[in-house]
Amino acid sequence: MSRRSRVEAAAYRMRHHVLNMGQAQGQGYVGQALDAADILAAVYADQLRYRADDPEWEGRDRFLLSTGHYAIGHYAALAEAGIVPVAELETYGSDDSRLPMSGMSTYTPGMEISGGSLGHGLTIAVGTALGLRHQGSPARVFNFLSDGELDEGSTWEAAMGAHHHQLGNLTAIVDINALQADGKTDSVLRTEPVADKWAACGWFVQRIDGNDVAALLAAFDAAAAQAVPEGQPSVILCDTRIGRGVPLLEDREKAHFMRIEEHEWQICREQLTAGYEGDTK
Amino acid sequence: MIASFADPGQKTTPAPFGHALVKAAQENEKIVGLTADLGKYTDMHIFAQAYPERFFQMGMAEQLLFGAAAGMAQTGLVPFASTYSVFAARRAYDFLCLDIAEPNLNVNIVGGLPGLTTGYGPSHQATEDMAIFRGMPNLTIVDPCDSVDIEQAVPQLAASEGPTYLRLLRGNVPTVLDEYDYTFELGKAKVLRGGNDVVFVSSGLMTMRALQAAKELAAHNVDVAVVHTPTIKPFDAGTVLAEVDTDRLVVTLENHTVVGGLFETVAGAAVRAGIGKRIVPVALPDEFLEAGALPTLHERYGLSVGRIIRTVLDAL
Repeated sequence: MSRRSRVEAAAYRMRHHVLNMGQAQGQGYVGQALDAADILAAVYADQLRYRADDPEWEGRDRFLLSTGHYAIGHYAALAEAGIVPVAELETYGSDDSRLPMSGMSTYTPGMEISGGSLGHGLTIAVGTALGLRHQGSPARVFNFLSDGELDEGSTWEAAMGAHHHQLGNLTAIVDINALQADGKTDSVLRTEPVADKWAACGWFVQRIDGNDVAALLAAFDAAAAQAVPEGQPSVILCDTRIGRGVPLLEDREKAHFMRIEEHEWQICREQLTAGYEGDTK
Repeated sequence: MIASFADPGQKTTPAPFGHALVKAAQENEKIVGLTADLGKYTDMHIFAQAYPERFFQMGMAEQLLFGAAAGMAQTGLVPFASTYSVFAARRAYDFLCLDIAEPNLNVNIVGGLPGLTTGYGPSHQATEDMAIFRGMPNLTIVDPCDSVDIEQAVPQLAASEGPTYLRLLRGNVPTVLDEYDYTFELGKAKVLRGGNDVVFVSSGLMTMRALQAAKELAAHNVDVAVVHTPTIKPFDAGTVLAEVDTDRLVVTLENHTVVGGLFETVAGAAVRAGIGKRIVPVALPDEFLEAGALPTLHERYGLSVGRIIRTVLDAL
């Protein structure tokens, strides 16, 4: 199986996990998790060095989820990675679950930080990258953030800091789904031109279709090729589509928190499978 | 304009925090230092000169400073991160709270200009830092009196699990507690002197003022005990309440607003223990303070030795 097929298969399984978790809880950030599934699959099935049976392994690459509400997508990736049992996913968002609605490091194995208050992830990632480099670790640091977090000044403090300290071991991944809580990003706070902003901060910038696995792998390869302890930090700007992989949701009016009726979950799963099998035929 | 709270001719020690951090770093290679463009003004420059490869300048970016300190702690390092107290408490609160305190990381926050230790006005005067920080779970709060406290506290802060906040006294810091049978113990209050008429419960630089006021009150035939409680949280209620629960007048003294600091800590502990008695606060008023010379401002707002003596004589 090619790298690409392997990642696409992982993304497909993760999207199923997301729909199942969403249905069990009756809610969740399903639209975002579906849009980010290809990115998270590329990270966990192709890029990240980790040990499923030892999530705290010192030599692991760090994946920091800044957008706490994407936890549902991250849990699917952690299940795909073998860090969280698939059977546990159905506890998502329930009382006493290790899988709370908003991701927290103190709850979930493999969850490096507590996201959710937006604009924190990249600042922590800067310190993680500095700390690992300082101690001679070759591990890399990945920070997943959303385009909404580009509104936060702290993101840009961190962007400048990463360049100042030449954190070549740091890769930021920005999910640009062009949507935030109050509406379309360009109506809430215009962040474009996003690529120019990162370039001006001194980062190695790539902008790709974040739902195209081949493009994701090429971008991660290019980022990895220039990842050195002392060098330019790298950002991959991923244009994605909310609800990706499920036409019913892709076509629905875009909303930060998507409502899905009980009878629609099965339709979603069938559409997802039909699309995946159609693409892989 | 006088910018020091030390008395003229008082014995002082230069940059006790910076030198103590260098010494602690000799013992513990995990210790690193960070600052947000205030290295020279928080005595962090002493550490930076001694250990340039273990010092990280984060720029005038306090959110990055504390987020990055959290990230470094997660890799096993022991960061000391310095800025002014106003910026730590007001500007970077969310980062301290969620990235450091919630995961209970060993990050040591070093805040310069606590309370009224600058005449620059509200932009620099952290008169409510303890009130802000006392509500943060997991955070240890230390309000040192002098260079002795700071020198002895630094290695204990590094060794203690979880986050700490140090109300830094910088530059030429008064040296007072060496004249007493005293050692700093994290989490402990100490009785510095006994007295039959009045009990002072004090923290920070107000312990220095409390000791001086106690000496001068002897001339008024008032015998004053002084309890120094440099750890504000967790609070050593046992030691303090043993002194409070007597017939003597109890006065709290703090370099902080009367809201949410030492006075309310002592009062809350007393009420919980069923001790119902009057406690007189010497503290800053609940208002934005004026700019000016420190001696003028300490006199105006009741922190000077003369004002303490008048407060006590009025209350007796």
